[in-house]
Amino acid sequence: MSEAITLRAWLLDPAPASRRQARFGRWFRAWLAFRRNGLAVAGLAIVLLLVAVAVFAPLLADRQAATFQDLAQRLQPASWAHPFGTDELGRDIYTRIVFGARITLTIVGLVSLIVVPLGLGIGMPAGYFGGVIDKVLMRITDIFLAFPRLILALAFAAALGPGIENAVIAIALTAWPPYARLARAETLTRRRAEFIEAAQLQGASTARILGTQILPLCLPSVIMRLTLDMAGIILTAAGLGFLGLGAQPPAPEWGAMVSTGRGVLLDQWWVATVPGLAIFITSLGFNLLGDGLRDVSDSRSA
Amino acid sequence: MSATASTGRTEISAEWGRRVAAPIRRVASVLGSVSLTFLGLTVVTFIIGRVIPIDPVLAIVGDKASREVYDRVREQLGLNKPLLVQYWDYLMRVLHGNFGTSVMTSRPVLTDLLSVFPATVELSILALIIGVAGGIPLGVVAATHRGRWQDQAIRFGSLLGYSMPVFWLGLVGLLAFYAKLGWVNGPGRIDVAFDDMVTPVTGMVTIDSLIAGEYEVFWNALSHLVLPASILGYISLAYVARMTRSFMLGQLRQEYVLATLAKGLSPWRVVWVHALGNVWVQLLTVIALTFGSLLEGAVLTETVFAWPGLGMYMKNSLFAADLNAVLGGTVVIGIVYIGLNMLTDLLYPLVDPRARDQR
Amino acid sequence: MTDTLLTVRNLRVTYPGDDGDFRAVRNVSFSVGRERLGIVGESGSGKSTTGRAIMGLVPPPGRVEADALRLGETDLLKTSERQFRRLRGRRIAMVLQDPKYSLDPVMSVGQQIAETHRTHVRAGQRAARQAALDMLAAVHIRDPERVYNLYPHQVSGGMGQRVMIAMMLIAGPDLLIADEPTSALDVTVQQQVLVILDEMVRSRGMGLILISHNLHLVSAFCDRVLVMYAGQVVETCEASRLGEARHPYTQGLLAALPELGHRRAELPQLRRDPAWLEDIVPA
Repeated sequence: MSEAITLRAWLLDPAPASRRQARFGRWFRAWLAFRRNGLAVAGLAIVLLLVAVAVFAPLLADRQAATFQDLAQRLQPASWAHPFGTDELGRDIYTRIVFGARITLTIVGLVSLIVVPLGLGIGMPAGYFGGVIDKVLMRITDIFLAFPRLILALAFAAALGPGIENAVIAIALTAWPPYARLARAETLTRRRAEFIEAAQLQGASTARILGTQILPLCLPSVIMRLTLDMAGIILTAAGLGFLGLGAQPPAPEWGAMVSTGRGVLLDQWWVATVPGLAIFITSLGFNLLGDGLRDVSDSRSA
Repeated sequence: MSATASTGRTEISAEWGRRVAAPIRRVASVLGSVSLTFLGLTVVTFIIGRVIPIDPVLAIVGDKASREVYDRVREQLGLNKPLLVQYWDYLMRVLHGNFGTSVMTSRPVLTDLLSVFPATVELSILALIIGVAGGIPLGVVAATHRGRWQDQAIRFGSLLGYSMPVFWLGLVGLLAFYAKLGWVNGPGRIDVAFDDMVTPVTGMVTIDSLIAGEYEVFWNALSHLVLPASILGYISLAYVARMTRSFMLGQLRQEYVLATLAKGLSPWRVVWVHALGNVWVQLLTVIALTFGSLLEGAVLTETVFAWPGLGMYMKNSLFAADLNAVLGGTVVIGIVYIGLNMLTDLLYPLVDPRARDQR
Repeated sequence: MTDTLLTVRNLRVTYPGDDGDFRAVRNVSFSVGRERLGIVGESGSGKSTTGRAIMGLVPPPGRVEADALRLGETDLLKTSERQFRRLRGRRIAMVLQDPKYSLDPVMSVGQQIAETHRTHVRAGQRAARQAALDMLAAVHIRDPERVYNLYPHQVSGGMGQRVMIAMMLIAGPDLLIADEPTSALDVTVQQQVLVILDEMVRSRGMGLILISHNLHLVSAFCDRVLVMYAGQVVETCEASRLGEARHPYTQGLLAALPELGHRRAELPQLRRDPAWLEDIVPA
C-alpha cells in the first residue's frame, strides 16, 4: 500500500529528478486524465477485447468450425451449441465472428502500415523543402482529398479485382491525404527550430534530419489521427466486404457475412444482424478511444 | 480641387477593386483549382481503366478472333497510340459527356447515368435536409450545455451514428419498421402498381407526383423514401452535430460573445444569431462534405433498399464487369464532388464578409 | 437618487479547481460616483474579473459573492438573470480591449450598434438605424452612412474602438466599465480614443471605471485610483496624490516608471513580498 503511494508520488513529482521520471510522469498524468473519461475507458476496453479475441481466436473457438458447413444445421437460432446461431450453410456464427476479428484487425493494420509511411513520406518533404516541391506534392494531395473515398476505393477494387489485399490497397490509396497534410503542418512549424539548425550545422543529411529529428515530432499527432480514423477504415472495409469486394468467401469477413444474411433477414434475422453488431461495436470502440485521446491532448495543449 | 478629385478617383478604384475585380479574381482562382482537380480525376480514372487485368480488346472480339481482327479492333479503340494521346482522347470524350457504351444495358453510359441520377439526388437531398435541420440545432444545444447531460446524450448519440455501418442500419431498419411494425413501405422506390403512373419531369418521383397532382402516388413514394432517407440522414446528422458542436465551442470562447452579452442581448440571441452566424462560415464546407458522403453512402444504402439510383447502378455494373459504367459513375460522382467544393468556395462571401474583400 | 452609482462591498470571485479553489478576487470594496475611477494591476491581479463580476458575466463554474453589490438603488445580488439583462447596456456597459475580437465579424458595425438600441428601446428598424448613425457621429466618425455598412475587419483599430464605445453607450448607461480600452491600439490613436471616451463620459454625466495595467494612463486620466494585487485592493487614493502611496507594491510600481528629464542608469526592479499575498484584514 505505502509502496503504491510512493510510486504515485514519484510519478506526480512536480520536480522530476530525471528525464525518465519526467516522461513517465507525463504519461501517468495523461492516463489519469484519460481514466476520468468513462466512455474513453470503455472504448479502450472494446479495442483491447478485439485484439484479445483476434490473438486468442483458436482458443476461443474451433478454427475448423469457421468454414465447416453442416447443411443439416443451417439457419439455427441461438442455442448452447451455437451462441449466435448458424448461417445459411450451417456454419457457426460465433466462430466466424471470432475469426472475423482477425480479418478486421489485419485490414486495419495493413492500411495503417501503408498510410502512415505514405503520408509522412509526402508530407514531411513538402513541409521541409517548401517551394515548388511543396506546391506539387500538396496539389496532388488535394486532388486525392477531393475524391469520394468509398467510390474511389470501389473503382480501384473493381479494377484490381475483389480480394482482401486489393481492398487494403484501395482503402490506403484513398486514406493517406489527411496524413500528408498533417505531417506537412507539423514539419512546417518545426523546420526553423534551432535544434534542426544545429543538426544541419553538424552536417547531418536531409534524410537523417527528417528521419531522426522531424519524424518523432510528427508521430504523436499522426497516431492520434490514425486512432480517430480507425472506425472509418473499418466501416469502409466492411462496406467493400458487403458489396463483395473485400475478403472472398468462405473467409468470415463481417461485412460479407451481413451481405449473405440479407436473403434470410426477415425469418432468420440473426444471420445478418450479429456480424453487423460486431462491426458497429468495434468501430464504436475505436471512436470512443480516439475521442478520449483527443480530449486528453486538447486539455494538455489548452 | 484637384486634390479632392484625385482622392475621389482612388476611392472609386478601391471600390471598383472590391466590388468587381475581387470577385472576378476569386472566380478565376476557383475555376483554376477546379480544372486541376478535374484533370486529376480523369487521370486517376484513366489509370484505373488501364491497369484493369481484363484486356478490353479481348472483351469485345472474344478469344477465338484472328490476329487480324484483334489488331483492327485494337486500332479502332486507339490502344496502339502512345499513352498520352490515349489520355487526351479519353479526356476529350469525357468532356463531351461520352463515357462509352454500357455492356450491361447496351446504352450510352451517360444516358444510363442521367436516368438513375435523380433517384439518388432525391434520396440524398432528403437525407441532407434531415441531417442539417437536426444536426445544427443539436450541435448548438450540446455546445451551450457543455458537460451537462444534454451534451453527453447528443455526443454519445452522434458517436453511435458515425460508428454504425450504414448497410447494417438499413437492414435493421427494414426489419423493424417494414417487416415487424409495417410503418413504412419496403425496398424499391414505389409500389409496382404505381409504376409509370406519372410522367417524369424532374425524375424525382415524389416531386413529379406532386406536379401531376397524383397524391396517392406521392404518399406511396414518400413512404418508400422515408426510411432510407432517415437512415442516411441520421449518419449525416451525427457528423453535422459533432462539427457544429466543436465550431460552436470555438465561437463561444470569442470576445465578441462577451461584448454582445454586455450590451444586454439575451443568451438566445447571442447563441443563435451571433455565434451561429459565425459558425455558418465553417459549416458550409461541412455541409458540402456531408452531401458528398451521402452520395457514397448511397451506394450501400441503395443496395440494401433496392433503390434504383446511381449507387445501385454502379454496384450492378461492378459485378457485370462493366468498366465503362463504373468509371463513368466515378467521374460523375467526382464531378459532383468538385462542383460542391466550387459552390462552397463561391458561397463563402455570402456568409463571411471577410471573404468578400480577399483576392 | 443618490450620486453613488455603484457600491461594492467585500466582493469575492472564486473558481473551483483541482487543487482547491482559486480566489481571483478577494474582498474588494469600493464605490463609484459620477467620476472616473481607475483600477490598476498586473495581469492576473483580478481587475478584469472584478469588472466582469459587476456585469454579472463571470462564466460558470466561477462563483461571485459579496456583502453588497448595488447599482444605484438596484441590488445586483438579488437580481435575476432576466432582470440583469435589462441593466446591461441600459444602465451599465463595458468596453473591451480589442475591437478586432470584440465585434461580431459577420455583422456590419452599424447593425451591431442598432442592435443594442433595439434591445433596450422599442424602436423600428429605421429609428434604430438613425440612432446608430447619430451615435457614430457622436464618437467623431466623419462619414457615418458609409461606416454603418462596414464590417469589423474593414475598420481600423481606432475606429473599431469608437464603434465599440458607440455600441455600448447608445442605450444611455450611467456607468461604463472600460477594460483596457486602448492597450490593443496603435500608440497614435490611443490618445484620440481616450479623449472621445472622456468627452462622452463628461457630457453624459456618467461614471467610468477604467481598468488598465498602465499606471501612467490611469493616473493622468482618472480622478481616483485603486491598485490591485493578487485579487485584493492594496491601495486607494486620489490620482493626484499617488506620490503619497503607502503600499510598497504601489511605491515599487511608481519607482519603476521611467520619467522624462530624469536620467537613470537603471530602473529599479519591483521586488515582490510574499506577505502581500496574505489576506488583508479590513480595518
